[in-house]
Amino acid sequence: MKVLIDLLRYNREFLLGTILISIILALVAASFFAPYDELATYVVIPDMPPSAEYWLGTTSRGQEVFWQLAAAMRNTLLFGVVVALVSRVIAIAVGLVSGYLGGRVDQVIMAINDTLNALPNIPILLLLVFVLRDQMSWPILAVTAALLGWQHDSRLIRSVALSLRNREFTRHAVFSGMRTGQILWREHLPYVMPIVFYTTMNNLIWAIGLEVTLSILGFSDINRPTIGGMIYWANAHSAMVAGIWWWIVVPMAFVVILFLGLFMLAMSVNEYIDPRSRLARMGA
Amino acid sequence: MHEVLSKAKKTAVTPKNVLTVEGLKAYYINEHFGVRREVRAVDDISLTVQRNEVYGIAGESSSGKSSLIKTLAGAIRPPMRVVDGSVKFDFGGQSIDVYGAPEQLKPARWRHLSYIMQGSMNVLNPVRRVKHSFHDFAYRHMGLSGAAFWSKVRQHLERLGLDPDVLEAFPHQLSGGMRQRITIALATVCEPEFIIADEPTTALDVLVQQDVLGLIKDVQARMQASIIFVTHDMSVHAAITDRLAIMYAGRLAEEGATQALFDNPQHPYTAHLIGSLPRIGDVRVRKSLPGKPPALSDPPSGCRFHPRCPLAIERCSREVPLMQPSATGGRVACFRAGEVVAA
Amino acid sequence: MTDLLRLDHVTKLFPVGGFFSRRSMKAVDDVNFALSADKPEIFAIVGESGSGKSTLAKMMLGNEVPSSGQLSFDGTDVAAIRGRAAREAFMAKVQPVFQNPFEAFNPLTKLDEYLFATAHRFLGASNRGAREAAADAALQRVGLSLSEVRGRYSHELSGGQLQRIAVARALIPNPKLIVADEPVSMVDASLRMSIVNLFRELRDELKVSIIYITHDLATAYYISDRVIIMQKGKVIESGDARTVLEHPTQPYSIALKGAVLPPDPAAASAIIRQRQVVAG
Repeated sequence: MKVLIDLLRYNREFLLGTILISIILALVAASFFAPYDELATYVVIPDMPPSAEYWLGTTSRGQEVFWQLAAAMRNTLLFGVVVALVSRVIAIAVGLVSGYLGGRVDQVIMAINDTLNALPNIPILLLLVFVLRDQMSWPILAVTAALLGWQHDSRLIRSVALSLRNREFTRHAVFSGMRTGQILWREHLPYVMPIVFYTTMNNLIWAIGLEVTLSILGFSDINRPTIGGMIYWANAHSAMVAGIWWWIVVPMAFVVILFLGLFMLAMSVNEYIDPRSRLARMGA
Repeated sequence: MHEVLSKAKKTAVTPKNVLTVEGLKAYYINEHFGVRREVRAVDDISLTVQRNEVYGIAGESSSGKSSLIKTLAGAIRPPMRVVDGSVKFDFGGQSIDVYGAPEQLKPARWRHLSYIMQGSMNVLNPVRRVKHSFHDFAYRHMGLSGAAFWSKVRQHLERLGLDPDVLEAFPHQLSGGMRQRITIALATVCEPEFIIADEPTTALDVLVQQDVLGLIKDVQARMQASIIFVTHDMSVHAAITDRLAIMYAGRLAEEGATQALFDNPQHPYTAHLIGSLPRIGDVRVRKSLPGKPPALSDPPSGCRFHPRCPLAIERCSREVPLMQPSATGGRVACFRAGEVVAA
Repeated sequence: MTDLLRLDHVTKLFPVGGFFSRRSMKAVDDVNFALSADKPEIFAIVGESGSGKSTLAKMMLGNEVPSSGQLSFDGTDVAAIRGRAAREAFMAKVQPVFQNPFEAFNPLTKLDEYLFATAHRFLGASNRGAREAAADAALQRVGLSLSEVRGRYSHELSGGQLQRIAVARALIPNPKLIVADEPVSMVDASLRMSIVNLFRELRDELKVSIIYITHDLATAYYISDRVIIMQKGKVIESGDARTVLEHPTQPYSIALKGAVLPPDPAAASAIIRQRQVVAG
């Protein structure tokens, strides 16, 4: 707790990131108190500009932009977090094991890793969308994206694990009777955490970008509000041409706020979690 | 500028001394996420180094010896700061006040003041031939044309017993010992008056160490240069230094002529350092000191050695002993200096 | 009667050179010696960098496999140890002490975890109380106690203290052999003798044999019973430590001894003035 207060007080990026992400989280929290069903259309007067009554205006489909945005942000963020978490678990497991075991095992794992990495992401996802059609749901899409999004990061983690494997403290741990899992989890994981945090941020942004791209193209469940979905509907109703600019500008602005906030947080947290600065704080 | 000059006159640096350090205090002042830590790495040190002398500084880890030489070389940067005291060089009448007028130091580097460091790779560029390092470090300072410069460099290498063809080699093609010899050649090619040698033989094998130490002594004697030689290894100090200072927890414990210090240590810490060294042909049991070197961030009160000292009395924990002239012609900071018996 | 440790013509080759010139270098070349199981001793392996002494240590610990020859511990070939159970049974009897204590303890791991893990795995200490008792007993052995170590991290202690904790940890399984690779080279001068003297106590009181690997002839002379001197993978001289180091017979050993700087300014400065250029 004290750490958080210190970070807020001494680290400007952390402060700014916290403020931006707080805005996003407040919006997500607000989505649970929405006065209308997020899937319902024509519940308000369409095409109203931002005003005291409709803060961010209304859409041509008769939905309030504010409440649509709140629900969209929640869904998009949820998608990104699921992708990032699932792909982190895979990346850490593969990277640490491959780096620690080394030798032949490492070569085989890395060959598979690089093959998967070479697969093009968007075509695979599109193929999946076409094959599954109506069975396509966001959790399936999230898991597929996660399976496509860890290879580069596992390679980064492996390179650190390879150097850790030859450190004297690893040999010492082995002779202390620590088992492989224990060594990876307790001795090596702290050293790859900076990479994990940094890549989580990248992965989150990548996943959200992927969701937005697929939704804009209409390759997802378009009735479920997401940031990309909002832009898809706005385009479908030629919002820009019709002068309903707020329908497009608002989701875009909030994506930028989200990305900026994540970036700032990742940067400052990274500085904090780095073993070197951790040791400096411990007084080493 | 005028202030600096008048200040220099007041202290009246004797021309014999190449380096005069007075009451030097350099602290690390660290603020990390709101926690302020002050580490007194160099705490009130005064010493002089004379022309044509090898002055040794001995100390363990966290004795502050590395911080001291960084401070002497004007190479400290935040969070480390000089809080008090002065460091003055005198190169043939040209005096330089390192912390009074720091801009004077820059032109003197390498020309008058050079360094031999522990890791030779810090000096030699690993991806370029050795000759480029010579060019980068020395060319500007020598004021010679290209051909004259290279003939001077080759001549210098030959004088040190090194094959001038090493200029064409890449550092990784050479052994650690050879690289260290080259860094010595590099540090001495401008014939500087003052050399700072920081653990130059620590990573070397015994046979190579013998040769490298001989080389340093050779060059120093030929050029009549002064060297500050820092190492934790007392046997190396015995071999190469003329005078020796023992540092403990950021302060000087004792200083004196090396032979006198080894024959008749006046400080219990010195006596222990010398007495605990094993020797081939001597099977007596060596004792170890209790406790551990103190952390500089939280040093003991009074004499910083008192918690580990076999001769400590109550006064030692209250009062800080000052450096006083010792019975053997050096200086010592100990209330019971006369009672120390060499182990 | 079997030997505790026996090396028969142990050789280790390492490939050197680039992609086209596949040659190999003999890091360890036909090394033979044996340690008796009945009489614990401190056996010093002395050599400079590149002499093969650290490779030899890794083979004794089972971290490297000899290219040819046999290295056996308690009558079993170390290279033939397979599987976790056999490997752990071996580790309970042969324990290492590493060179740099600041590197051997993970700076982000509490020191007591090494002690507890060792007690848990090798002594079968299943509950917290038993592990703490085993750790404390071992620490008392080296002049420390669990209360001084509990919850601490490596940067909070000195190199000498850490090295004693490392020795204490190695003692927990009641090993028969400790392989110490340059255990005092990173330890401060005022604390160095406490580690060296500790090895002697272990030999006399716990009957543990110690392989003491060092480049320092003076400490090898001070504590060891027998010594071998290695150069470029080969043993060039071996025997009783006092005899060999006082009166070496081989040119390399003589040069090595001649280069040792005594703690005596007159004699030491005479040595560096000779400046005999040997090797690169």
